[in-house]
Amino acid sequence: MDDADAILQQLKQRLGTDLQYQQQTVDEILTLWVSKERIVPVIQYLKTEIPQSFKMLYDLFGIDERNRNRFNGLPMADFTVVYVLFSFEQNAFIRIKVALRGEYPSINSITSIFQNANWYEREVYDMFGIRFDGHPHLTRILMPLTWQGHPLRKEHPARATEMGPFRLTDEMQDREQESLRFKPEEWGLKEHGDDADYMFLNIGPQHPGTHGVLRIILQLDGENIVDSVTEIGFHHRGAEKMAERQSWHTYIPYTDRVDYLGGVMNNLAYLLAVEKLAGIEMPDRAMTIRVMLCELFRIASHLVWFGTFAQDLGQLSPVFYMFTDREKIFDIIEAICGGRMHPNWFRIGGVAQDLPNGWQQLVQYFVDYFPPKIREYEKMVIKNGLFKARTKGIGIYTLEEAIEWGVTGPGLRACGFEWDWRKKQPYSGYDRFDFDIPTAQNGDCFDRALVRVEEMRQSLRIVKQCLENMPAGDYKSSHPLTTPPLKKYTMQDIETLITHFLNVSWGPVIPAGEAMSCIEATKGANSYYCISDGNTAAYRVRIRTPSFPHMQMLTYISKGYTVGDLLSILGSIDFVLADIDR
Amino acid sequence: MTTEQILIVFGVLFVLLNIAAGLIWVERRMLALWQDRLGPNRAGPLGVLIVLADTLKLFFKEDWIPPFADKWVFILAPAIVVASVLMSFVIIPFAPGIVVADLNIGVIFFLAMSSIAVYSIVLGGWASNNKYALLGALRGASQMIAYEVFMGLSLMGVVMLSGSFNLGDIVAAQKNLWFVVTQPVGFVIFLIAGIAETHRLPFDIPEAESELIAGYHAEYSGMKFGMFFIGEYLGVTLISAMIVTLFFGGWLGPAFLPPLAWFAIKLFFFIGLFILLRASLPRPRYDQLIGYGWKIILPVVLANLLITGAVALWLRG
Repeated sequence: MDDADAILQQLKQRLGTDLQYQQQTVDEILTLWVSKERIVPVIQYLKTEIPQSFKMLYDLFGIDERNRNRFNGLPMADFTVVYVLFSFEQNAFIRIKVALRGEYPSINSITSIFQNANWYEREVYDMFGIRFDGHPHLTRILMPLTWQGHPLRKEHPARATEMGPFRLTDEMQDREQESLRFKPEEWGLKEHGDDADYMFLNIGPQHPGTHGVLRIILQLDGENIVDSVTEIGFHHRGAEKMAERQSWHTYIPYTDRVDYLGGVMNNLAYLLAVEKLAGIEMPDRAMTIRVMLCELFRIASHLVWFGTFAQDLGQLSPVFYMFTDREKIFDIIEAICGGRMHPNWFRIGGVAQDLPNGWQQLVQYFVDYFPPKIREYEKMVIKNGLFKARTKGIGIYTLEEAIEWGVTGPGLRACGFEWDWRKKQPYSGYDRFDFDIPTAQNGDCFDRALVRVEEMRQSLRIVKQCLENMPAGDYKSSHPLTTPPLKKYTMQDIETLITHFLNVSWGPVIPAGEAMSCIEATKGANSYYCISDGNTAAYRVRIRTPSFPHMQMLTYISKGYTVGDLLSILGSIDFVLADIDR
Repeated sequence: MTTEQILIVFGVLFVLLNIAAGLIWVERRMLALWQDRLGPNRAGPLGVLIVLADTLKLFFKEDWIPPFADKWVFILAPAIVVASVLMSFVIIPFAPGIVVADLNIGVIFFLAMSSIAVYSIVLGGWASNNKYALLGALRGASQMIAYEVFMGLSLMGVVMLSGSFNLGDIVAAQKNLWFVVTQPVGFVIFLIAGIAETHRLPFDIPEAESELIAGYHAEYSGMKFGMFFIGEYLGVTLISAMIVTLFFGGWLGPAFLPPLAWFAIKLFFFIGLFILLRASLPRPRYDQLIGYGWKIILPVVLANLLITGAVALWLRG
């Protein structure tokens, strides 16, 4: 890539010997190792000084390298911290890696450069015990404050059976409860202002407005939000840790449950990365089937958002109509996949089965049925005066703020920025489809709603094109690493039988390497970064979800609004707790 | 006090409490109808016995008073709402001769009683000693006090035209023409203020479920919660009855049906309207509702008053 070369030359000039190594990765993203001392200036340089700079901190995570099968030429490391930045002007990622030595190493924080590094660094600290010097509030974020150990370290057990039996004594319960008590001074919040005493209102983790186990602590002056603290982690199930214990194939069902409204869309993000590593070319039919299913799930997810958003604002009825329509989508999905919310239907190298006979009628019915329904809902909700009063001018952020905080998806497009990974970095054959990227201009709750409603129409267009132009051919690639391995190659001789047996019982061995996928999921950019060291299980899987940065922004965008507005803002973000906590 | 009067008192009380309880079923079934679902349809014919089941359930729930609550105020609050709303019904003429107390200051009495109902929200929220309840109580107090003003003012047009505070006289004055025709602005504002007074969706801001969970009655359980519940339905019935009496000719109607039937038909029409509003509209924000009241409704209602007064004077010559 020429752009990447140009960047590399500039960086080499600028950094000299600080640039330790350039790593080749399967996904062809420029990957550079930088010395620990120089990380802050390098990130600063990439964000502000370089032409066509990398304005978005896309992801930040750690890797425990201690058990990894050694690889050629890479700097020695016990732990690695990886910074993934994105430049919209170049349409390119850059990956900066820092090698750390020692049991509990530390590194300088980049929170002064990127605001959204805050939660990411807390997560790395929580998961690996790596300290970030200069971080404003380095505490655990996903695990309970009382947790012993750091889960993503290799020595931390991955299964309950590896730990002793669990007993909750009274003292432990008291300790747990005490650790959940909110102490404003720990967060630098004052209980008394110049002319008012503040009230701290604890919203959640059980609250009808948060759509899941999310805790928001509001510092209130009357009903005005002075400041807030968002606590996540109640829905944390260790999806990344599980990847290290499951085979490449048996991890697929876990991805379904990350953004549980996105269904097979999660499979896609994971499999794209795995297929890159394995070097699998997909047949056209498999790609188109995947696109059709994904777009159906996008509509289903947006319907849930639309209904619950209206309900958050006190409109009781739309949610019933929309869930009924979502059922109609699930009818199709059930007929094709057998499952509903978590069909677990994509496989390495394709999909589980071919489309069933008569699938066209089902999809055709929905394609005809749905457009008038969208119009009806638009009239019912979007055009309602009270809905407008509750959402227009509320929760505004500008395009610059959105990029600074790592916002992707409809939230970014509502700021007037036409950015959709399906168009800009097409995957799974999206370049063959004809659809528009809806945008809006003001970046408030209302515009985010508008964008999503229009997205449903565009998704329906894609589904229609899938219906009309479904290519013939295989639903699965004939590559030897696909799962489950194709039976037709089995009964040739003992070798083919053994290969089949191993691929079924142990699962495929994915060649060593690193690859990241990036898809436009229902809520924004979703990425799986898979590291294989040539085993039947991933060495490390990093899941970059859109909801995590979006939720991090809540404190920033809800300041100065009222308690009622907070619900509009929460609803307009369209988050899924499992997508935040993983 | 004659036997007849005693019969009326108990009759009215009996019917009202049954209507309020029955509304649980009516509302749930109607909401279900509009929301493409079935609603309660298991207990008894068409699910009517859900009322009984709900009531029994409330009776057998633990009647819990939180240890941090202000005990006596906490107990008093739900009683106030039911008592004050029931008292208001005293002045409603359901049919000729069927009225508990034919007060010559009926309208004023109604406004006074609805002011007392505010106390139940404020005291309930305050005594619960819960932040959500407190926020709900504050919202409720400002909302109800504000809308009481507009409610009172919106009625004055009717009072001017009929020349009486007595509801019986007001009904009689509509013999030829319902006041909704001559006082459309007054009617609309009374309707809006009525919804705000009963704090029903879209103006259920004091209890806004998605924001404040249950607002001022978050800590209530058992029959104390049931009192708030019944109080709300009684409030809906009361406002509907007032609308019928003040603007839609009360028990007046063609002679093929008895007056009481006409009153009931009109009453249930407006109760249905309340439920339909709940099914269809989102809720405005608390400050928007109050701002809307003082900035838009107040000038309109004052203008309505001035114009009505001028026209009334001009007609009398």
